Amino acid sequence: MSTMQSVHRYFHAHVRARIAVLLSAPIAWLGVLYIGSLAALFITSIWKIDTFTSKVVREFTLSNFIDVLTDKAYFNVTVRTVGVAVAVTIICAALAIPMAFFIARVAKPQSRPVLIALVITPLWASYLVKIYAWRTMMAPDSGFLNWLISPLGLSSPGFGMVAVIIGLSYLWLPYMVLPIYAGMEKLPDSIIDASADLGAKPGRTFLKVILPMTWPAIIAGSLFTFSLSLGDYITVQILGGTFQMLGNVVYQNFALNLPFAAAVALIPVIVMIIYLASVRKTGALDNL
Amino acid sequence: MRRGGIRVKISRVKKSAIAIAAGALLLSGCSSSGDDSASGAYAGPVGDTPGTINVLAWPGYAEDGSTDPAVDWVTPFEKATGCEVNVKTYGTSDEAVQLMQSGGYDVVSASGDASLRLIFGGDLQPVNLDLIPNYADVFDNLKDRPWNTIDGVNYGVPHGRGANVLQYTLSKVKPAPDSWSVVWEANSPLKGKITAYDSAIYIADAAVYLMSTKPELGITDPYALDSKQFEAAMALLKQQKPLVAEYWADYTKYVAAVQAGSIVAGTSWQVIANVLNGEKATVGAVKPKEGATGWSDTWMISKNTESIDCAYKWLDWIISPATNAQAAEYFGEAPANAKACALTASKTHCESYHAEETDYWSNVYYWKTPTEACLDGRTDVKCVPYAEWVKAWSSFRNS
Amino acid sequence: MNLSRTAKIVLWGFMGFGLSFIYVPLMLVVINSFNKNKSFNWPPTGFTTMWWTKAAANSGVKDAIVLSLLTATLATIIALILGSLAAAAIARYNFFGRDVISLMFVLPIALPGIVTGIALNNVFTNFFGGLTFFTIIIGHATFCVVVVFNNVAARYRRMGSSFEEASMDLGASRLTTFRLVTFPMIRNALVAGGLLSFGLSFDEIIVTTFTAGAGQTTLPIWIFQNLFRPNQAPIVNVVAAALIIVSIVPIYLSQRLTQERK
Repeated sequence: MSTMQSVHRYFHAHVRARIAVLLSAPIAWLGVLYIGSLAALFITSIWKIDTFTSKVVREFTLSNFIDVLTDKAYFNVTVRTVGVAVAVTIICAALAIPMAFFIARVAKPQSRPVLIALVITPLWASYLVKIYAWRTMMAPDSGFLNWLISPLGLSSPGFGMVAVIIGLSYLWLPYMVLPIYAGMEKLPDSIIDASADLGAKPGRTFLKVILPMTWPAIIAGSLFTFSLSLGDYITVQILGGTFQMLGNVVYQNFALNLPFAAAVALIPVIVMIIYLASVRKTGALDNL
Repeated sequence: MRRGGIRVKISRVKKSAIAIAAGALLLSGCSSSGDDSASGAYAGPVGDTPGTINVLAWPGYAEDGSTDPAVDWVTPFEKATGCEVNVKTYGTSDEAVQLMQSGGYDVVSASGDASLRLIFGGDLQPVNLDLIPNYADVFDNLKDRPWNTIDGVNYGVPHGRGANVLQYTLSKVKPAPDSWSVVWEANSPLKGKITAYDSAIYIADAAVYLMSTKPELGITDPYALDSKQFEAAMALLKQQKPLVAEYWADYTKYVAAVQAGSIVAGTSWQVIANVLNGEKATVGAVKPKEGATGWSDTWMISKNTESIDCAYKWLDWIISPATNAQAAEYFGEAPANAKACALTASKTHCESYHAEETDYWSNVYYWKTPTEACLDGRTDVKCVPYAEWVKAWSSFRNS
Repeated sequence: MNLSRTAKIVLWGFMGFGLSFIYVPLMLVVINSFNKNKSFNWPPTGFTTMWWTKAAANSGVKDAIVLSLLTATLATIIALILGSLAAAAIARYNFFGRDVISLMFVLPIALPGIVTGIALNNVFTNFFGGLTFFTIIIGHATFCVVVVFNNVAARYRRMGSSFEEASMDLGASRLTTFRLVTFPMIRNALVAGGLLSFGLSFDEIIVTTFTAGAGQTTLPIWIFQNLFRPNQAPIVNVVAAALIIVSIVPIYLSQRLTQERK
């Protein structure tokens, strides 16, 4: 037992040793394997391909970056992709905030787990099946949506950017509801009561007290919706018609022009890093 | 446009060929499968070692009953040889090249625009035709073609050939079209319900249309386009874009879209039309008067296959008269094996698919990989190589 | 908080719309699993149960489900171990580089899946010799670590270190403290994180497309391959409907567990 005791004493005295033991495996995995593979990927963006066989040739070139930056098409697709991600985030937030508030503050406490379970259950229905269901719903002429709104004289928007935005909002809504609900649930009743006592109407309380306090949670939810939309290519393929986003560009080029795909893949990574860095201060990262 | 651009000369292509042949020679001395032929192919004989082969095939080429339980020539092969087969289908030649390069597949059915890239990429091994008895019955004009035979070294056996047809929904497109104009012209009555193939190789289809509508451009081979001709083709594609509902690469998605009515016409494969017409006639398919792109496919063996015996057995099986007849009939193409014509269920199959003719194929332009050295023999200009086609296509699709 | 009637009506309205928005497509999936017509045009022309019987007999689906269950379980186990180790270090100690490391743990979820996918694919094909069953698990575990980490770290923060310190003051060793004090308290977070990780892995398609070997067909890959095939698409609907029904119980349970701390 004395070896065990000396081991215990060592670890008790040396904080760093404890940290090192705890962190060694996770860091080996995420740091070495994951970050390493990201680095390996982005290094290929400065290499070339053999134009005939499409294999990577390890010769330095900046042509991939020049192509991405000078071709207007890639600027357009970046703008469109960020635009779609922003639209999806706004739509999800607009729906999730009232829903989360309802569950946290209006619904009876016993029904809360049920309501949350109802919101989360779709996460278990396959992503592909949900998007395919939207495809059949939005099919021009023969879809469910068309059938539903044609008495109003409207018709389904068909496949394209609008369909993609609706589909993505549908998919990521639970990811937005959960953190916001968690944030609202944590709000102490005392602050809300205090605000009411001070004469604020519920609307004002909501805008001036509740919303700012759950802001980190909203941002946390937006991290999911934003990043998941930024890189999505499957929903775009199924609902987008001829519409394309950054994920599609990467997917199309990854096979035969990995350096170029890596260069394009840098765009969403840079966007996300900027986004992450700017929201770090809001404390959102603690709300994931 | 690129700093220190990449120059692909014929000499480099030849150098790679020599390098590969030399490499194969070196390897043949070290490998354990006993190959001793100068080209590095398996010397044989084909044994009965059981094994598993992963087959990478165009849809409809290696049916195992999962699309239609009655359509299956893989299970009989498994029963007859004891080899296990896993089939994966792909949608474009680019996908095929990428999947073969990532490894894990033993056998691939490659079109002419993939085969050379795979050969020169070092992903395939030469095929010893002496070990494939059924090869003897292959049509002579399909033997030793430039897309599967390099300097006398064969890399595979032909499967069949066909044209990319213009498919149209019978009830929505009247009268039956005989020209590609319905998919290209800005005033097409089918605007918004057209489809086009989602691959850079489709630029050749634009070139084929230009051959008839703009003969002043002087295009003789849709895969040999100098920069002026290439720009004209890209302009035609831009003109087409507002007409297109979706670009297709997944044939099952294409079938579903036609059934749902969101697509009524576009370039297609006969197998897609056959599937759609399975229960009742829904679509028609024609080779329009301007001609069409097409393909002539070869079954090839991966360099690193672990079940070489099963791979050779598959090649022999798939081009055997009975199987070749089944496959050609299901897909809707001209078979490669002359004896298959007597075995098709429809006695006029070979006739309808022009298997024994040459005239029909004169305006069918088989897929091949465009290179900087013009494929039509011109030496006064440089042609646009496939890597540039891919870039232009990617830019076009995202604009 | 006292809300006016209009506010309450508006909120009920949002909740109702939200739930219908979520469930109408799912209902359509369930209805289509009984749809006679294979092309799912609306309204359906007839109903049948034949797709359910076909699905039960389909070996491709069953193999895919088994493979998915296996990969999800293994990935979750790895994620639980790595995630809780990392959470313990990050939430308990303050050290140089903690924020950076904490950010690193968020990356697999923050960066688009396709980037993770092609990065891992590049490494696996060039350095690991190819894609196999294990490369799928490695890929999944990488982003599953994050969800476990988040759940357990949050729990550690809420818990405070006072219980553990009290335990050690009373003479228990670190290991005993962990076993008798810490673990019971983080157990719910582990279960919640584990369930979420399992769900993420089970349904994952993007990273899996890039990390699965030639013959490895997980359920999402099987669905992707069969989504548009005329004879198989209805079976896909059956599978989805079954998944929805089967998953209601574990989800409800996990919600109850995370509520328990109150």
